[in-house]
Amino acid sequence: MEFFKIRRDIPFMRNALVFNAISGLTFLAAVFFLFSRGLHLSVEFTGGTLMEVSYSQPADLNTIRSTVDALGINDVQVQNFGTAQDVLIRMPVQKGNSSAQQSDKVLVALKAADASVTLRRTEFVGPQVGDELAADGLKALACVVAGIMLYLAIRFEWKFAVAAIIANLHDVVIILGFFAFFQWEFSLPVLAAVLAVLGYSVNESVVIFDRIRENFRRYRKMNTQEIIDNAITSTISRTIITHGCTQLMVLSMLLFGGATLHYFALALTIGILFGIYSSVFVAAAIAMWLGIKREDLIKGPAKKEEDPNDPNAGATV
Amino acid sequence: MNRYPVWKYAILLIALLVGGLYALPNLFGEAPAVQVSVAKTGMRLDTAALGRVEEALKAASLTPDALALDGASIKARFSNTDIQLKAKDAIQKALNPDANDPAYVVALNLLSRSPAWLSALHASPMYLGLDLRGGVHFMLQVDMQAALSKRAESLAGDIRTTLREKNVRHSGITRNDQTVEIKFSDSAAMDAAKAIIQDQFPELASAESPDGTGFKLVASINPVAGRKIQEQALKQNITTLHNRINELGVAEPVIQQQGLDRIVVQLPGVQDTAKAKDILGRTATLEIRMVDESAEARAAESGSGPVPFGDERFLERTGQPVIVKKQVILTGDNLTDAQPGFDSQTQEAAVHLTLDAKGSRIFRDVTRESIGKRMAILLFEKGKGEVVTAPVIRSEIGGGRVQISGRMTTMEAADTALLLRAGSLAAPMEIIEERTIGPSLGAENIAKGFNSVTWGFVGVTLFMCMYYMLFGVISSIALAFNLLLLVAVLSMLQATLTLPGMAAMALVLGMAIDANVLINERVREELRNGASPQAAIHAGYDRAWATIIDSNVTTLIAGLALLAFGSGPVRGFAVVHCLGILTSMFSGVFFSRGVVNLWYGRQKKLKSVSIGTVWRLASEAQAPAVQKGK
Repeated sequence: MEFFKIRRDIPFMRNALVFNAISGLTFLAAVFFLFSRGLHLSVEFTGGTLMEVSYSQPADLNTIRSTVDALGINDVQVQNFGTAQDVLIRMPVQKGNSSAQQSDKVLVALKAADASVTLRRTEFVGPQVGDELAADGLKALACVVAGIMLYLAIRFEWKFAVAAIIANLHDVVIILGFFAFFQWEFSLPVLAAVLAVLGYSVNESVVIFDRIRENFRRYRKMNTQEIIDNAITSTISRTIITHGCTQLMVLSMLLFGGATLHYFALALTIGILFGIYSSVFVAAAIAMWLGIKREDLIKGPAKKEEDPNDPNAGATV
Repeated sequence: MNRYPVWKYAILLIALLVGGLYALPNLFGEAPAVQVSVAKTGMRLDTAALGRVEEALKAASLTPDALALDGASIKARFSNTDIQLKAKDAIQKALNPDANDPAYVVALNLLSRSPAWLSALHASPMYLGLDLRGGVHFMLQVDMQAALSKRAESLAGDIRTTLREKNVRHSGITRNDQTVEIKFSDSAAMDAAKAIIQDQFPELASAESPDGTGFKLVASINPVAGRKIQEQALKQNITTLHNRINELGVAEPVIQQQGLDRIVVQLPGVQDTAKAKDILGRTATLEIRMVDESAEARAAESGSGPVPFGDERFLERTGQPVIVKKQVILTGDNLTDAQPGFDSQTQEAAVHLTLDAKGSRIFRDVTRESIGKRMAILLFEKGKGEVVTAPVIRSEIGGGRVQISGRMTTMEAADTALLLRAGSLAAPMEIIEERTIGPSLGAENIAKGFNSVTWGFVGVTLFMCMYYMLFGVISSIALAFNLLLLVAVLSMLQATLTLPGMAAMALVLGMAIDANVLINERVREELRNGASPQAAIHAGYDRAWATIIDSNVTTLIAGLALLAFGSGPVRGFAVVHCLGILTSMFSGVFFSRGVVNLWYGRQKKLKSVSIGTVWRLASEAQAPAVQKGK
């Protein structure tokens, strides 16, 4: 089997401007939604109490809501979780109501209203923990960005590092934009997924950059644009197959992982799709505009070795 | 060129064997079990206890599948939960005749069904997190400011006594938050006091500060001592929590320090959060009282008379009754420290107590009057008292340094000191995070995680086999090997596996196949460019290697950052993610190459490799199926 029967290099870079305009617009839309709607943060970040309860028959959300309201707890969110029988109740941090007693109180009240209710899980997070988690999340993001840039700068060149990070941070923002637009719950596992995607889609750019470097060595007559086109064309089948395989796994999580892993898998799906797009169309184009050259990648010692035998020694295109 | 030296195959074989061995326990599943451990710090489990358990089971005509004394606990495995419950009752009755004062914790647990020889190799199944097995998770924050204030308060008392002893006149000592303020009317007194504080209170740093017409000295706890106080407070709280949780009858409680001022408590299998919270938040108190040694009291002690008026009857840890006066001499508030040690003269094991100023004054007065009599140190918890130790007073004890020695082993001394310290929590704690997961949800989560991994794996494998033919099969075997290694490493490290961890496992398998796709695509490309099959395999692996390294390093950077900054669910994800990347490099490149070499390496005149269609631009007219296997 072979999906990719490509006769000649696809001129990706000729249309680089169009691709970048598209991704630029998506990026701006994501930023817009992030600011206008904001992220729907989970209890882990905001602090508060979360309860998952299960009924023997489809639950009546309104009754549950009024039962909890009657306890004098404000701003309660009640929603189904996975199935019609399972209900998720979210309560903000109550002033004065000491820590975790809240969930006990609510459960007693719910039991009084319908004896078939069983508690599946509760989660209480104090406000101080939430702030820390947000700070730690940002620190982790900064660390990933710095670490990857440093590695790429050492392994390749700073222009590649900048290009890869811009392309992939824009993926991260787009994932967040999706979460803001649809008001999907942004929890700790989703944060983990976002950071994992960052590492993963950078590796996509790395594969292409690797090819670009190799091509610079091999095809001395091609110009930068042709070299990039060739690199992308010859890696495109690998790109799509790998991502397809990873996506298969994620799809399996989406289908079988249940409600807990739902948003995690969703974040990965968006990340993988946009990861392909941005590494192929955006990262290489930015690297090109930053002016990567053959001399940047082929360092001195290697050159000297080739010099005596190569008639084109030192020639640049 | 495509041959591995023998040592490389040896490494692969060893990895396969060790991996298989340590992953094996996960296949046996878990069986219901009863676990017995000691409820009190001072006791040890021995073969006698094991014998009692055995007898109890025999008397109830229950036969365990396995019964063993394993370090700090006795574990008995049963074939079903019915027998397990009956066995628990039987053991409970036999070991704890007094239900109000249990000496042993008898808890339900799940034990691996793996055979004894595997357990002997320390091969155990993966350690499941709370979200997979159900239970309660608490994070408690220790109020360190309160601990420091408490210490400052007792130091203020000490300074007052010392200054009085040295005849230094002051016009008032007060504690202000964590500092002690001493006022003077003349500077000479202040200088004298300053010298004394510098000399006798190394914990304090004092500074003069202007105070209207008078003089003021502000003494604050110096940073080094402050840190030590905080460390001790945390340790003491952890010890106390340990003792309390033992009462809950939890098989494998986890009590850990997190950061500088937090404690994480995990109680697998516990559902009753209300009770757990009640027990965690309870305060124990320590009291020192005199033992009544009158004739009536002695009669009551031996059980032949009623307890005299004004006395109370308590049990020692050995079960020996002690009749104690109701009047309290000192409470745990006056005890600042208790450490195990040795008598400086006899070299006997001893417990050294340190009392604060008020405590030492009272203690000196009491001991002066009652040389030769016994005093009792009592620990009250849940309104129930117990005599920790009841030593005889040998001499008047001043200065607040008390030594309890005689008829004690070093172990006993350590335990007594621990109990005394645990008498009261060093600093108040607050629950700042709580998670409860029901057992049914845990089982569901395992099934969900398992299904995600399985179906994803099947999907990827099918695709690889179809697309890359034999090379796809080899890639799939390598992927399976990766899963095996990952499970083995997780089992060996006993890292906690959570639902996000299982998600990471699925994700890492999806990413691991990347290495093989890279290699296979490279081999195809080499073939397309006209390389001979052997050369194509060689070049394919060689060229892909650099790329694989680069891409894995970037993924690993992200994984490590998650590990460093993540907590809770993120950490569980990151651990599996990082380990998975490492095992995938080994299996995806080293292992798959080994299999390829084994298959193709010997064939000198290899005409074709089975890697699916190698589509050639120019060779469309020629036979396109050259590369298909046999």
